[in-house]
Amino acid sequence: MDPVHLHFDIDGSDFTAAGEASSEVKRVLRRLGFDGEIIRRCAICMYEGEINMVIHASGGRAEVYIDSSSIVMELVDMGPGIPDIDLAMQEGYSTASQDIRELGFGAGMGLPNMKKYSDEMKIESEVGKGTAIYMRINA
Amino acid sequence: MNSVTLDKSRCKGCTTCMKHCPTEAIRVRRGRAHIIKERCIDCGQCIRVCPHHAKKAVCDPFDSINAFCYKVALPAPSFFGQFRNLNDVNMVLQALLDIGFDEVYEVSRAAEMISDLTRKLYEEKKSSRQGPIISSACPAAVRLICMRFPKLIPNIIDFVTPVELAAIHAREEAVGKTGLEPGKIGIFFITPCPAKVTSGRYPLFLNKPVIDGSLSMTDIYKRVLGPMKKITEPQQLSKSGIIGIGWARTGGESSALLNDRHIAVDGISNIIDILEDIENGMLPEVDFVELNACTQGCVGGCLTVENPYAAKTRIKRLMKYLPVSRNKADEKDLVVARALAEKTPEYVPVWELSENRQEAMEKYNRIEALRKRLPGLDCGSCGAPSCRALAEDVVIGYASEEDCIFRMRERMQYMTGSGDADEYLPPPFRRTE
Repeated sequence: MDPVHLHFDIDGSDFTAAGEASSEVKRVLRRLGFDGEIIRRCAICMYEGEINMVIHASGGRAEVYIDSSSIVMELVDMGPGIPDIDLAMQEGYSTASQDIRELGFGAGMGLPNMKKYSDEMKIESEVGKGTAIYMRINA
Repeated sequence: MNSVTLDKSRCKGCTTCMKHCPTEAIRVRRGRAHIIKERCIDCGQCIRVCPHHAKKAVCDPFDSINAFCYKVALPAPSFFGQFRNLNDVNMVLQALLDIGFDEVYEVSRAAEMISDLTRKLYEEKKSSRQGPIISSACPAAVRLICMRFPKLIPNIIDFVTPVELAAIHAREEAVGKTGLEPGKIGIFFITPCPAKVTSGRYPLFLNKPVIDGSLSMTDIYKRVLGPMKKITEPQQLSKSGIIGIGWARTGGESSALLNDRHIAVDGISNIIDILEDIENGMLPEVDFVELNACTQGCVGGCLTVENPYAAKTRIKRLMKYLPVSRNKADEKDLVVARALAEKTPEYVPVWELSENRQEAMEKYNRIEALRKRLPGLDCGSCGAPSCRALAEDVVIGYASEEDCIFRMRERMQYMTGSGDADEYLPPPFRRTE
């Protein structure tokens, strides 16, 4: 059985489009008959990842692989990278600018939420090169 | 389970309704629009946009009230916004008696009780709740949640709607007054929209219907206009205040909570956006969500007469000299027990491709492969609202790939051996000059 594969190019210049990939993931999972709680967790993970790419990395791409037992989300950007991943994973820690915070983002919950709502999360980052995030949610 | 239907003789098979349907519930086949019943939430959007007035709401005929010994009219608050220069709600209520009803019970009274109950619930559950409480009043919004946002179903407030609470009270009062059996009393709601006709017949929160029929607001409007002109001194029949009447328009229900942690949203696409945000946890500052499928709320229902903005202004004027609220949900009273929902609305998985995950995935991959072969113009000529919808229809066996005029063109090119079949296409779709 071929897994379902979704590909998204996240446009970093269009802030208003952020969240579209998450909506699409939700739509597809609903069509495939996944449980509502699984859908909600995937939507939150995808949403946080997407927003992060727009705020910090001027966009990137996301691959989502769905098979009957799990949903895997891979998010890759060519942004500034994360110097201290442990610090970035702490709730409330954010490097977002004041402008972004005024829009209601940058609360420092993005990475912690991605970890909280996924069953497995891996993060690789190199300063000056970019960040890759792997998230798996078991169905 | 829906109340929107098609008048076949008027339908021209244009794609206007199909293009505007928020749940993609319409297809055009053999020159007629067809409604996919399971997907229709009775929002009335197609009724509003149809240039040929071919879409209709099936309400109960006025004569059906005569099957009952004692007839009670339940006017929706939005009804009061339909009349020019009205400054006393009693004029409308008196006119309802004059056209044949024995009693009136304003839905706005029950709305005030629900508001009171919601305030109490709001305080009680403040700490234990996950996410905001969502209003149950707009059936089109509730049905949308049941189809698209199953995780939010538990957030819907567990009270019946004001119409239902009004019906329960009205019947009890009428039984007390007349001594008749409950079944001899006819409770008729004057509805601003088809969604409430459907929820009257198939309640979302009760096991059995509590109203005996829904009458179109447009129809009743025409019937009361004449009698209203003859009234000089109406009886004092109204028993509701600002809060109840205020439910007629967006913001009324939520402002009745008397705090600022609420949001009032109208229009289906705005509702979808806000529910997406709530699902993503993006609205932590909101404790209560009021949803109205129609623009400006119930005054924007497709069975109303007046422009929703004008009606809203009139509602505001009517509210001016009223007491804030005249109906409370006293806990010693039975109101609480009556108002509690008997059941929770269920998830309706209309978007599931198959119950079997493997089969669903296989179908999804076929849909995507086909979608990529389609032009992506969403022209609607195939009778589906978008290329993606056509791809889905093809895979579930409801349409054929050649329904797409571009796919047909390729076939023609192949058959005729001609290099270009652009001339077979209308100008907007031609690829070359």
